[in-house]
Amino acid sequence: MLLGDKPKLIAAVSTLLACGSVYGEWGYNLPQGVTEVSRSIYDLHMTIFWICVVIGIVVFGVMFWSMLMHRKSLGAKPAAFHENTLIEVIWTAIPFLILVSMAVPATQTLIKVYDTKESDIDIQITGYQWKWHYKYLADDVGFFSNLSTPKAEIANEEPKGDHYLLEVDEPMVVPVNKKIRFLITANDVIHSWWVPDLAVKKDAIPGFINEAWTKIEEPGIYRGQCAELCGKDHGFMPIVVEAKSEEDYQTWLVAKKEAAAKERELRDKVWTQEELYSRGEKIYNKNCAACHQPNGEGVPPVFPAIKGSEIATGEPQKHIAVVVNGVQGTAMQAFGKQLSEVDIAAVITYQRNAWGNNTGDQVVPMDIVKFNEAGQ
Amino acid sequence: MSAVIDDHTHTADDHHHGPAKGFMRWVLTTNHKDIGTMYLWFSFAMFLTGGLMAMVIRSELFQPGLQIVDPEFFNQMTTLHGLIMVFGAVMPAFVGLANWMVPMMIGAPDMAMPRMNNWSFWILPFAFFILISSLFMEGGAPNFGWTFYAPLSTTYAPPSVTFFILSVHMMGISSIMGAINIIATILNLRAPGMTMMKMPLFVWTWLITAFLLIAVMPVLAGVVTMMLMDIHFGTSFFNAGGGGDPVLFQHVFWFFGHPEVYIMILPAFGAVSAIIPTFSRKPLFGYTSMVYATASIAFLSFIVWAHHMFTVGMPLTGELFFMYATMLIAVPTGVKVFNWVTTMYRGALTFETPMLFAIAFVILFTIGGFSGLMLAIAPSDFQYHDTYFVVAHFHYVLVPGAIFGIYAGIYYWLPKWTGHMYDELLGKTHFWLSFIGMNLAFFPMHFVGLAGMPRRIPDYALQFANFNMISSVGAFLFGATQLLFLFIVIKTIINGKKASAQVWDGAEGLEWTLPSPPPYHTFSTPPDIK
Ligand code: HEM
Ligand SMILES: [Cu+2]
Repeated sequence: MLLGDKPKLIAAVSTLLACGSVYGEWGYNLPQGVTEVSRSIYDLHMTIFWICVVIGIVVFGVMFWSMLMHRKSLGAKPAAFHENTLIEVIWTAIPFLILVSMAVPATQTLIKVYDTKESDIDIQITGYQWKWHYKYLADDVGFFSNLSTPKAEIANEEPKGDHYLLEVDEPMVVPVNKKIRFLITANDVIHSWWVPDLAVKKDAIPGFINEAWTKIEEPGIYRGQCAELCGKDHGFMPIVVEAKSEEDYQTWLVAKKEAAAKERELRDKVWTQEELYSRGEKIYNKNCAACHQPNGEGVPPVFPAIKGSEIATGEPQKHIAVVVNGVQGTAMQAFGKQLSEVDIAAVITYQRNAWGNNTGDQVVPMDIVKFNEAGQ
Repeated sequence: MSAVIDDHTHTADDHHHGPAKGFMRWVLTTNHKDIGTMYLWFSFAMFLTGGLMAMVIRSELFQPGLQIVDPEFFNQMTTLHGLIMVFGAVMPAFVGLANWMVPMMIGAPDMAMPRMNNWSFWILPFAFFILISSLFMEGGAPNFGWTFYAPLSTTYAPPSVTFFILSVHMMGISSIMGAINIIATILNLRAPGMTMMKMPLFVWTWLITAFLLIAVMPVLAGVVTMMLMDIHFGTSFFNAGGGGDPVLFQHVFWFFGHPEVYIMILPAFGAVSAIIPTFSRKPLFGYTSMVYATASIAFLSFIVWAHHMFTVGMPLTGELFFMYATMLIAVPTGVKVFNWVTTMYRGALTFETPMLFAIAFVILFTIGGFSGLMLAIAPSDFQYHDTYFVVAHFHYVLVPGAIFGIYAGIYYWLPKWTGHMYDELLGKTHFWLSFIGMNLAFFPMHFVGLAGMPRRIPDYALQFANFNMISSVGAFLFGATQLLFLFIVIKTIINGKKASAQVWDGAEGLEWTLPSPPPYHTFSTPPDIK
């Protein structure tokens, strides 16, 4: 193991030394962030840090003094003292007082963080393996937000972009200077929604709803990641928040609503096999390939293959049932809640015809609607 | 208990009770020295195994992108690395030290329950065989982190989780039996005149640790049993869909988990409290306050567990309580550090390998304490939690804390155990390479954590790349250096210079009144205590 790494290691160290820095900037501290809370947390962090530095200088100072001046090799003769009640009381009391002085601002900040009352906008955040869903509660707008970094960049086949692993297909969009309340939950395992610039980190727990809030002061794009180990692709479920001016936010919201209306129209249109197949391929790669793999071969036994599988080549109704309802107790989710009827029909059509699963079957959006109406 | 002593009135040089020969000696032994030796070798084997996994992790994190392992296997590596290091390396090493040293320090002939002692050890290899073999099972090894949060570890776990539960139960039984044995030994087998307040601090810290173990290992057993029920018997302790609560898992786990982190450090406090006075040639400063500080740390460790859960959505008052309680732990911890520093102050210091490890322990453990204090501040913890800052924190308390404490103890007592001196130059080399490697590996983690890198991810954004590469280089250096330690120990056993009984000129305590190596049975007649 170690030997195998050596040539690479040497190469990397020499690159590191040669050009100083291989990849851009060296982030090394908390961001001050763009909210009142994030700034008070930053100040708290720096205050405690400097207190620790001062204590460290005193304690390590005495230590190094002893190590340098009281060496046996310099002829030091050991003293014999081993107790002093007064000094022990002092060095118990002083740290205690320092702690009290830290607790005061910490408590004030915490109270601020917990004040989720009177929000202007409520957004429900749901963690899924391995993506986020955002639902604007007052506006009937909801969408998934997936990692958009291409697989090829992760596999080192293409150069990595500036926002490698911190970019999504659809960011959460919010207006600045509005109090936004997040209602955070999860669909499967525990996730944690974290954006450092907002200083919001809250666990997303299945079956429970946690609250958090933010009021962003500057328009911009703020990036974060899932912070609780949630399975295989825990490292690949970023968060992007785009803060816009109030007007830009309204424009975005209207466009979103129109897009949703269009989506509903699609349901009733007549689809050709090719249209369904190519739409399905996109849906597959975005939602299914993480587990079942782009080539449909899966990672058995945890993630079964679709290629040649009984379900994808047998009775279509069964195939629909698995995709819509998921498989309890496994990572296979109920996609009925996540994808539109059109997308489900498309992805099933794709799975039944890709990788040599040449069933020739076509599942159309109305099949899914009927399936749902039958209440299965 | 005193009957044991009365039965065997032979003297220390009476050898007709020497060890049996061959492999069966080790299987059947009830001798505290043999069992201590086995614990230590086992622990070292686990340390190398867990270390190898760390090397896999650091190789993958050497550069951004996925190169060496896939994310699924990466998660198995982080999980097994944590479990093996905690339960396989650190805890058995301390039990090994206790087995060797506690009877010799209190003037006892052996442990109070020698046959149980044999059992507590021999369960361990089987427990870890089961755990490690899960790598080869269908669906792979446990992949949910050493903290195994439900429902990732229940509903969504690979099938091997059942074997994981079995192995945790076995480790727990082993620890509880070991702890009972240590308590019984310390309370009942002290030589006449060895009052509690005369016991060396290593004995004191182990006594308190053993109580912690007895208190929390059953809680761990409880939580894995609840998982087992959820997985196989249809209960819903941790499943919200059935009326359970995933957060309950975390409360129960950390009620075990936080005392557990002190189980991994208190005996190191004890070892260091023996070593620093020896090489300062000055008595330990504030013995009494050291005892009380240890006891208060142990007490507080029971009421701070939820500081690992500041982001789960506790009520404000809960956050405040756990924040204040956690901050309080800094007081007794500070007292200990001040006492060690004052012991060194105006001593006559020399810097043999045990002292180097002990000094590094004090400095670097204190740095871990500082980051601990920062983490205790709940609002700041919202930014630090589950990032590499936490990884840096606990590696600073565990590597230069627990591990350096163990190394300090081993170098300090190895001449006593083997009758041979280790090679000082090699020992110092081992120290300095470990020191440099360890800091190179873990210090940059503070920076990437603050800059926003979550823990337990196999790939990361580009702004974390430079520090990660440095961390990996440091980790490889630290890892490789530990093989040197293996060489040093073997060389000591085979051809180290003869050690005197006293070994270190400033050392005090009953163990130094025995020859090096001590006879197979010692203190069959209790020693005189001044
Ligand atoms: C001054 C003393 C200490 C304080 C105030 C302290 C505080 C904390 C806090 C608040 C956390 C949770 C951070 C988070 O997850 O957000 C933490 C994590 C941790 N601490 Fe400490 N700590 C102290 C000493 C120690 C010691 C002595 C050890 C072990 C020898 C230790 C081992 C750990 C471990 C293993 C974790 C991480 C557990 C995990 O999530 O995997 N700490 N500490
Ligand atoms: Cu803790």
